[in-house]
Amino acid sequence: MEEFKKQYKKILEQYILKQTEHNLYEGQNISRQLIQKNISPEEVISIHKASLEEIMSDLDGDVQHSFDLLIEVMIRYGLALKEHQTLIQKQQNIKMEMELAANVQQTLLKTKVPKEIDLDIGIITVPAKEMNGDYAHFLHDNTHVGIAVADVIGKGIPAALCMSMIKYGMDSLDGAETDPVIVLDVINRIVEKSVSDSMFISMFYGKYDTSKSEFTYASAGHEPPLFYCSETSSFTELQAKGLLLGVIPNVKYEQQSITLNKGDFVVMMTDGVTECRSKEGFIEQKTIMDIIENVRDQPAQEMVEYVFHKLEELQDFEQRDDFTLVIFKKI
Amino acid sequence: MNISVELHQTDLLTVNGIIKGEIDAFTAPTLREKLAEIDLKENLQVIIDLTDVSYMDSTGLGVFVGFYKSINASNSHMELIGLSSRLKRLFDITGLGEIMDIQASSGEVKIDETV
Repeated sequence: MEEFKKQYKKILEQYILKQTEHNLYEGQNISRQLIQKNISPEEVISIHKASLEEIMSDLDGDVQHSFDLLIEVMIRYGLALKEHQTLIQKQQNIKMEMELAANVQQTLLKTKVPKEIDLDIGIITVPAKEMNGDYAHFLHDNTHVGIAVADVIGKGIPAALCMSMIKYGMDSLDGAETDPVIVLDVINRIVEKSVSDSMFISMFYGKYDTSKSEFTYASAGHEPPLFYCSETSSFTELQAKGLLLGVIPNVKYEQQSITLNKGDFVVMMTDGVTECRSKEGFIEQKTIMDIIENVRDQPAQEMVEYVFHKLEELQDFEQRDDFTLVIFKKI
Repeated sequence: MNISVELHQTDLLTVNGIIKGEIDAFTAPTLREKLAEIDLKENLQVIIDLTDVSYMDSTGLGVFVGFYKSINASNSHMELIGLSSRLKRLFDITGLGEIMDIQASSGEVKIDETV
């Protein structure tokens, strides 16, 4: 503090002597140090007053008094500054906690993409904020591959917490062979008991049987996947009736099956994909289909990444919702 | 990002509501509070007109799911009318169209894609 007082007095002395740009700039420099050292505005004025008294012995009494008033006026500014600094510190702490939570979530939701089967699988899931409200999980044994894609209403922490329920529901299943309708029924019972009234989850579950190249699926109010038939070069929606998870306890889900031939693929997604909006309005399903079809001969992982980047571009890189896309391609 | 919610009790057992604007994460709390003001009782009919709702996301859907649950618990009835084709699709995909009483807008289908 003493050193600072000396420094300030010197700058002031120089400036009173000669009002140059350089001498003014010294003042700017010192204010940076002041902020760093948490010196309040009223303290700065006190220092100014003391320095001035030392420099000008004939300083007018009225001018001296006026500084006392100014010091009083600045006290609130000093308090506001302190408050601001505390808030910044708090915000940094929250941000750190969020990062930790996001890490925990990533570990919790880690899923292994099945390999060495007759399916080429691509997956991308990108949260809009730190925490992801989308969920994608694989089950796998020698003959079956199960895929769950779910979307919890809302984003951020509440959605992420809610999602751990699906994880535990999935872990309680017998294995990849379980029928989609049973998977949805089990998870609906868990979710219905545990969520608040306006909370719900949409979920799609598909099971691929490698022995029959058959894809069986059911949906709990989820965005229908797109099925691309390579023979006819056309898309169809894989619709299956079923209510969202968490609304009522007993729901009858519809189960459907299709056979996948070489080059056919199924595109599963969350509404972060279908509800994309550009300046001109919603991005049409046809646009999304065209984007996918453009890269149909690429490996599945490259396909999902391409679709994500293309849609990101169309939305001016402003991602509003969690985005998840999974492709099962028959090889 | 605006919403207006008007509720009129037309007789002892009927409440008519008109919602205009967008129902998303920002406006959903307003809608939820407004709907909570309705004094639910047995045989009450709540008819909500969504003709002028230009956009609704899953948070908006959540408000109706919550309201639907309280309606059921109190043995009242809710009807949503004037759904645009985009809104209708949202209710159909989620399966809510099967359990709720919903009516698509009659006549010319109005879709506002410019929001």
